[in-house]
Amino acid sequence: MSNAPAIEVVGLSKRFGDVVALDGVNLAVEPGTVYGLLGPNGAGKTTTVRVLTTIIRPDTGRARVLGLDVVDQAQQVRASIGLAGQYAAVDEQLTGRENLELVGQLTHQPRAQVRLRAVELLERFGLTDAADRPLKTFSGGMRRRLDLAASLVHRPPVLFLDEPTTGLDPKSRNDLWDLIRELVNEGTTLLLTTQYLEEADVLADRIAVIDRGMVIADGTAAELKAQMGATVLEVSFADAAAAHGAVATVGAVSPGAEVEGTTVRAPVVDGARTAMEVLRALDAAGLEVAGLTIREPSLDDVFLQLTGRRAEETTNGEAAPDLAPAGGPR
Amino acid sequence: MTVTPTAATQHDGSTLSWAVKDTLALAKRNLLHYTRVPQLLVFTFVQPIMFVLLFRYVFGGTIQVPNVTYVDYLMPGIFGQIVVFGATATAIGLAEDMGSGIIERFRSLPMVRMSVLAGRTGADIVRNLGVVAVMMIVGIAVGFRPHGGVPGILAGCLLVLAFAFALSWIMALVGLKVANAEAAQAVSFPLLFPLTFASAAFVPVNSMPGWLQVFAAHQPVTVVVNAARGLMLGPDVASNLEKFGVFNTSTGGYVLQSVAWIVVILAVFVPLSVRQFNKN
Repeated sequence: MSNAPAIEVVGLSKRFGDVVALDGVNLAVEPGTVYGLLGPNGAGKTTTVRVLTTIIRPDTGRARVLGLDVVDQAQQVRASIGLAGQYAAVDEQLTGRENLELVGQLTHQPRAQVRLRAVELLERFGLTDAADRPLKTFSGGMRRRLDLAASLVHRPPVLFLDEPTTGLDPKSRNDLWDLIRELVNEGTTLLLTTQYLEEADVLADRIAVIDRGMVIADGTAAELKAQMGATVLEVSFADAAAAHGAVATVGAVSPGAEVEGTTVRAPVVDGARTAMEVLRALDAAGLEVAGLTIREPSLDDVFLQLTGRRAEETTNGEAAPDLAPAGGPR
Repeated sequence: MTVTPTAATQHDGSTLSWAVKDTLALAKRNLLHYTRVPQLLVFTFVQPIMFVLLFRYVFGGTIQVPNVTYVDYLMPGIFGQIVVFGATATAIGLAEDMGSGIIERFRSLPMVRMSVLAGRTGADIVRNLGVVAVMMIVGIAVGFRPHGGVPGILAGCLLVLAFAFALSWIMALVGLKVANAEAAQAVSFPLLFPLTFASAAFVPVNSMPGWLQVFAAHQPVTVVVNAARGLMLGPDVASNLEKFGVFNTSTGGYVLQSVAWIVVILAVFVPLSVRQFNKN
């Protein structure tokens, strides 16, 4: 029984009118682990979370949380999950404390416990001083922290975070990452969606890459990176013709080199050494280099590797279901 | 792996008691908004006061109602007008909630879902109660002298509030159907304006052209306002109003018709609103 996944998704599909939001998603999340759902806008991340949190029903397929069916046993699922996300689902007019106590009451916790829990969470999330101010006076980072706190009031064993740091400044993002890590250390099972490979890398034990409503790759961060090289080498040239002239030379040193515009890009394992070799080869061939970058792969690189196209392309016309903050088409 | 015995198990016991508790928690949340957004209070209280002053002192002199002072005729109509205009708040409030992320959170909680609607319409009862009480004082200050006794006055208020509750459920459906608060307002106004003014609220129906009387005499605002009027002003005034054709039935008749309207509206719009809310 302890081997049963905390979250299990089989063949999940959902359409909104003509738009296919989910097209047979399969997932399994082990208890006490962090699962990262990585993909661009409109890939189906939010729709997956909305099905798993019982907000919408899937058209076909099955999803279980802690062994409970999200459609047939929705009410029991709701008692065991927390949801926080990019839309900061909190009441702007209410204070931080009032927001938390409201969620406490609506999750049917005993009154006295609700009050204590609110105090405890405000303290833990560094919001004690702002506790009795309406949320409309909060900064973006404070609002996200309160949103996360609100999802924890009833101590749910399974937590869903939908793009928890989208739109936050780096400092707030790091603060939130620390808080999320703490939660995970306490044994919470977490499903996290993100557009940032870095975020999935930092927080998640396993990552699924989702595109056009389907999981197109899944594994540990290390496995995904190994599949595409640990780093990306980019050599830029004065013009596209020069780049085309150099791609063979770069490719001889570092297989998989491709031209994009004035840049030759190659996934590499040992960034610094390969860069040296590439530069020597280019110099020997008498080719002039305008710039050179070695960087961590981004979601874009993962996408390019997995699908042969850039991540942004998928947003065309498919963004609507994921972007709608509430209710979808009503 | 075990299912944690938190709210899930507690919930199965008494859904009704949870429905009441969730509704009260959400009604409180909605009412707190009035203390945080002063403009809401201004809209709620100032506008009906303007209407009282407008009809009492500007138009009132030219409106003749047989055997009753115009201010006595007017005030029950004002109560009707307040709750009809106020019903817009239900649609706006729900549309705002639907457009923000908070409904997503509510839907993911083990609460009784219908409480989102009941908490909204429940809060609107409290708001209406407050406004009717204040307007009663304003009315007395400008010369309203009802002779129906305390029971009659209270019964009149109660009927108006019950009608307001029914209207809230119509407006809840509007709020759930439209995309945002502005649209809610835009849809509500053309619906509520003729109901308020093509009614007995401000002038007797028998002073209107015949074709309009067909609508005005039977629509719910007229029925409820005249029922409240009869109850508040007392049987003597009511029988005079009936004698002069201002009323087309007795107070009792209007009360029965009002109750029928309220029951029918609730029977139709509560299920429709709940269904719309549950629809994804």
